[in-house]
Amino acid sequence: MLARLRQIGWRRGALAALLLAAAAALVALALSWRPAIAPIAPPAPGSFAPEQVARGAMLAKLGDCAVCHTRDSGRPLAGGRPLATPFGTLYSDNLTPDPETGIGTWSAAAFRRAMKDGVSRTGAHLYPALPYEHFTHVADADLDALYAFLMTRRPVHEAAPANRLIFPLGFRPLLAGWKLLFLHQGPTPTDPSRSAEWNRGAYIVEGLGHCGGCHTPRNLAGGEIRSRAYAGGVAEGWRAPPLDASNPAARRWTQDALVTYLRTGISPDHSAAAGPMGPVVDSLSQVPESEVRAIAAYIVSKMGGGASAPTAPLPDHAEAAARRFPEGAVLFAGACAGCHGPGAPMMGQGRPVLSLATVLRDTEPTSAAQAVLQGIEPPVAGRGPKMPGFADALTDDQIAAVLGYLRARYTDRPDWKKLPATVAKARKEGAQP
Amino acid sequence: MTLTITVNGTRHQVDASPETPLLYVLRDDLGLNGAKYGCGLGQCGACTVQLDGKAVFSCVTPVAAVGERAVRTVEGLGTADRMSPLQQAFREEQAAQCGYCIAGMIMRAQALLDADPHPDEAKIRAHMQTNLCRCGTHMRILRAIRRVAGIPNDGAAA
Amino acid sequence: MNASRRQLLAGGGLLVAFSLAGHGLAQLAGGGEGGGAPKPVRPDLPGSLKSNPVLESWVHITPDGKITVFSGKAELGQGIRTALLQVAAEELDVPPAAIDFVTADTARTPDEGLTAGSHSMQDGGTAIANACANVRMLLTRAAAKRWGVAPDGLSTNGRAQVTAPDGRSLGYGALAADLSLQVEAVPNAPRRDPRHYRTLGHDLPRVDIPAKLTGGAAYVQDLRLPGMLHARVVRGPSYGTHLAKPQLDRARKMPGVVAVIANGRFAAVVAEKEWQAIEAMRVAQDSDYVRTLPPLPVEDGPHRLQKLPTREISVLDTHDGARPAWKTVRGSYSRPWYSHGSIGPSCAVALAKDGSLTLWSHSQGVFDMHRAVAELVGLPPEKVRCIHTPSAGCYGQNGADDVTAEAGLIAMALPGRPIRLQWMREQEFGWEPCGCGMVTQVEAAIGPDKRIAHWNYEVWSNSHNNRPVGAGGYAVAQQITPGFPAPPPKPIPMPEGDGDRNANPLYVFPNMDVRYHFVPEMPLRVSALRSLGAHLNVFTIESVLDELALAGGVDPLTFRLAHMEDPRARAVMIEATTRFGWAKRPRGDGRRGCGMAFARYKNIGAYCALAMEIEVERETGAITVHRVQAAVDAGQPASPDGIRNQVEGGIIQSLSWATREAVSYDATRRTSFDWGSYPILRFEEVPGSVAVHVMDRPGDPFLGAGETAQGPTSAALANAIADATGARLRDMPFTPEVVKAAIGLGG
Repeated sequence: MLARLRQIGWRRGALAALLLAAAAALVALALSWRPAIAPIAPPAPGSFAPEQVARGAMLAKLGDCAVCHTRDSGRPLAGGRPLATPFGTLYSDNLTPDPETGIGTWSAAAFRRAMKDGVSRTGAHLYPALPYEHFTHVADADLDALYAFLMTRRPVHEAAPANRLIFPLGFRPLLAGWKLLFLHQGPTPTDPSRSAEWNRGAYIVEGLGHCGGCHTPRNLAGGEIRSRAYAGGVAEGWRAPPLDASNPAARRWTQDALVTYLRTGISPDHSAAAGPMGPVVDSLSQVPESEVRAIAAYIVSKMGGGASAPTAPLPDHAEAAARRFPEGAVLFAGACAGCHGPGAPMMGQGRPVLSLATVLRDTEPTSAAQAVLQGIEPPVAGRGPKMPGFADALTDDQIAAVLGYLRARYTDRPDWKKLPATVAKARKEGAQP
Repeated sequence: MTLTITVNGTRHQVDASPETPLLYVLRDDLGLNGAKYGCGLGQCGACTVQLDGKAVFSCVTPVAAVGERAVRTVEGLGTADRMSPLQQAFREEQAAQCGYCIAGMIMRAQALLDADPHPDEAKIRAHMQTNLCRCGTHMRILRAIRRVAGIPNDGAAA
Repeated sequence: MNASRRQLLAGGGLLVAFSLAGHGLAQLAGGGEGGGAPKPVRPDLPGSLKSNPVLESWVHITPDGKITVFSGKAELGQGIRTALLQVAAEELDVPPAAIDFVTADTARTPDEGLTAGSHSMQDGGTAIANACANVRMLLTRAAAKRWGVAPDGLSTNGRAQVTAPDGRSLGYGALAADLSLQVEAVPNAPRRDPRHYRTLGHDLPRVDIPAKLTGGAAYVQDLRLPGMLHARVVRGPSYGTHLAKPQLDRARKMPGVVAVIANGRFAAVVAEKEWQAIEAMRVAQDSDYVRTLPPLPVEDGPHRLQKLPTREISVLDTHDGARPAWKTVRGSYSRPWYSHGSIGPSCAVALAKDGSLTLWSHSQGVFDMHRAVAELVGLPPEKVRCIHTPSAGCYGQNGADDVTAEAGLIAMALPGRPIRLQWMREQEFGWEPCGCGMVTQVEAAIGPDKRIAHWNYEVWSNSHNNRPVGAGGYAVAQQITPGFPAPPPKPIPMPEGDGDRNANPLYVFPNMDVRYHFVPEMPLRVSALRSLGAHLNVFTIESVLDELALAGGVDPLTFRLAHMEDPRARAVMIEATTRFGWAKRPRGDGRRGCGMAFARYKNIGAYCALAMEIEVERETGAITVHRVQAAVDAGQPASPDGIRNQVEGGIIQSLSWATREAVSYDATRRTSFDWGSYPILRFEEVPGSVAVHVMDRPGDPFLGAGETAQGPTSAALANAIADATGARLRDMPFTPEVVKAAIGLGG
């Protein structure tokens, strides 16, 4: 008898649970729903003031729109670039004002909503590959200028390929939950105790610059860990170094040094921009210097620096490193010293020595491994530091030997652990999806 | 120091310090002319050879790194009397002016064709981007590669 | 003088050039590029026969029929060995494979001056053609004598035999035994009938290519002599600098180092193995540097030339009566200093032995070199032999001459050991002479009749001719002790010109005032780079013509034809544009556009017209060249494919110059030192297609085509950009930043 009662109870319980879950899902779905904003006829390019378009062009450089929204040998801003994430591969959208495949039918309000709320014109939630948790801080006037810039580009008719996400992440309404946790809206707070330049920097960096998108660690859900802002992160298989007090540079970053680095791709005291930082530098080389000075002022304050650099001698323990890493020493002498050794042409042209390379001093060897695997392309205007990749010439073990040697020779830091595995992982993650 | 490397299918003992870039071992110890010194910085590709089928810059590959991997140079593709299909294509297209870059071009292109016998135009150009030609022989080099890749060369000459 | 010269030139023909005033002749005979020219002893003979009239200098035939032909011209990668071989084979009427062809050796070949200035076919080809025609004539006469018949009925059969109508034949070897070729050529030896050409005008596969495809020994870099040592120079980062504290003692102790040469500021390390030399060099170079010359022109670039003292040269000054000006164009045009960018840094091998010095060099001027190096090392010239051995393309005076002189110095310090000296990539960029930065300024107008009313033109340039003819011409000469002073720079006089090369338009314009502001003082070390001043002058002229045509509402082709009387010039313009589809070309739409240009190189070389279609990516300023169509008239082509190859290459090189190249520097040194800091066009940026049509001109005198595309290509590009975007760009390079700034933000 009791058993039978329990049976009925179980079923009812189960049914109730099911009904409750269904109701919750419906509520969640209802909460996640966003209305479509009516399509408009593509606005005439002449309807935007030239000054607004120019401002939007500059802001687009600060935000690096073209970097993600342009595929290899594709038209700028026409989308289609694959972005590999732990959750699958996403393809960026076409931002040209093409009515069918781009944003030609988007009103200014629709564009603002996309940037601030992460919702497309049709009401679909956008994946945070678009860093709207940063763009949400951008002022409406700036969003309108960006809109003016985008709507005056030449339309390109090209639809982005479909995303390939791990099931069930393709179900967009799930993103509403993600946003609930990680989208904190509102303008960037200003700090009246800081200079106007610093506040301008805060506005750019926290907003369009979305530096935290790479330089802040993320949790398992892919949201930035706000309590560890700028403590270092990942981008396309590279490691974006910390920009907080744990930044490992050999020489403290000054505002001037950071401005030079961000606009030329190389700082004499800090070595070259590489990997995903290259396109950022290319963009920042094209905006007014005052904007970059503002960014630098803010970031340098995050690092807790700003004073003039100390002049501690730079480590160069050539003999000791060669004893501990004999294979690495030999490989360095033949593969690297031609550019990085004393008497090499780069050294004679004022390029920084490897003792100054932040990648060698970082807690993780990921970026050093990627630099060796992929090399470096000149970041600004195709002109500047150019390093070959060694992915096909050297094996994982050989690259690990070189990295071990470099760490021991050019830093006073403890050896990296598990180098061969890190190199193998970097090789895999650095390859194009 | 004596090292053993396999070049074009033949094992060689060479007496060279281990960090010596493969380029100088090939040229000076083994007397091979194909791979050339263009920059020594891994930027121009005149020194391109293959290591286990992958195109590499021999000017920044220490001979000690070769190990058991197979080195292949242009001499290993064919001779003046018996050229490989790609070398023949280069000859038929007269794809050389000073010719200094050409051995590197051939090794670079062969690596692509070995991995993908029918690449499209964009892939060919992207793949060859690592190799410089100053004489401006690019159009003919592309024609030669297209011949072997099976892409029609529209009659652009004359 | 000027008007009648223009008429003569417009009348067409290379022959005109040889009837010019005497001083021009010496230049032409010697190569017209400066350098020391061999003295003409028989001015009535064609080409290099002027200074080398004896047939035996050019052709040997042994009794067993082995034929050797000698040329003072050098294979630079331009295919001249094959082209001249075809000329010789044609006029001797033998198969090309039957000839052993010897080039540019001061001990064996005639002195034809430099291999430069597109003179090899005009001077060398003409000489060989006539010398071989002479020899064929003598062989025929010898056969006639043997058979007791008149020579007129005899002919040759293309297999090294003279034949009679009745079928008798005699081989050249047997006939040569009866002959002495120690006779001077006659000017009118009968040439073969172009209708029966067996090899001239046909595409003979280049004889040097198979080795280059298969790793055969082909370059000076491939020379391996017994006992050879490897050397590297130790020096500052660029010309005008030296190392403050070269670590020579440390270098001396490095493994394998045989010697450290130190003479004044010149230092070099010599080792058994090449890598040992490189490692020793690096150790020695670990030092700061000091600049000894004035600072480099950081603020003003080539416009610095306009602030320096000049020597005024009037190129053209014609007065045809004042004409009303309806539309006027005023502009300043410029190009920066360029690197030759040779893919292989310069290299030489030298051996001093028993009081003699042998140099294997890729210099364009082995004859000047053996004299100049002799002076440098203190030997009589006859004790210095210079053998041209190919290297990578040089496109003018790169480091070849310097590296050879330096190798000679090292060899003299280590007699008995062959010395192989290889410049490093950064040394080539830092020390080679650059192509001259230049500025032009134009003020020109069309009248209401839409024809040019007046043409005022100025060009500022250094000398493009600093090729060493004496010891002082080498950079090392000012480093060693005792040294040699650098000679004062001199311009090359017209009709060749240097800074003013092609500043005299081939078009018929009234009221021309063309001035060359020759600037002796050289902010950067400079010398000849392919086409010399023609690149910027043609760029300027052809840009201004387009601007005037646009102002007058006239099609650019129509406008040019309205001012051009030379029928061969008209023909190439019409050929190129017809093949291009000029009449139906797409109109400039903000993104795509088309442009054309024309020039006759030096007004005495080959004619070249071309048109191109481009697309400008407005978001980035990057330019894609979709297609280029050229037409070239080089007279009778020796190898049409050789001409096509050279013109294709010139087009791509000129596109690279115009879109991205510029030597960079700070106040103390050149900062373009590798391919990252001096990018050139790569595969993803070359045009979609390049088509070159070689005009059929049977029997016409050879015209040099190696440099004919440089000027027109850059001009056509600027014209196409203007057509596409409305933006007129006048200062090269047209980098994406420059293009973007000029076109503004419209999508």
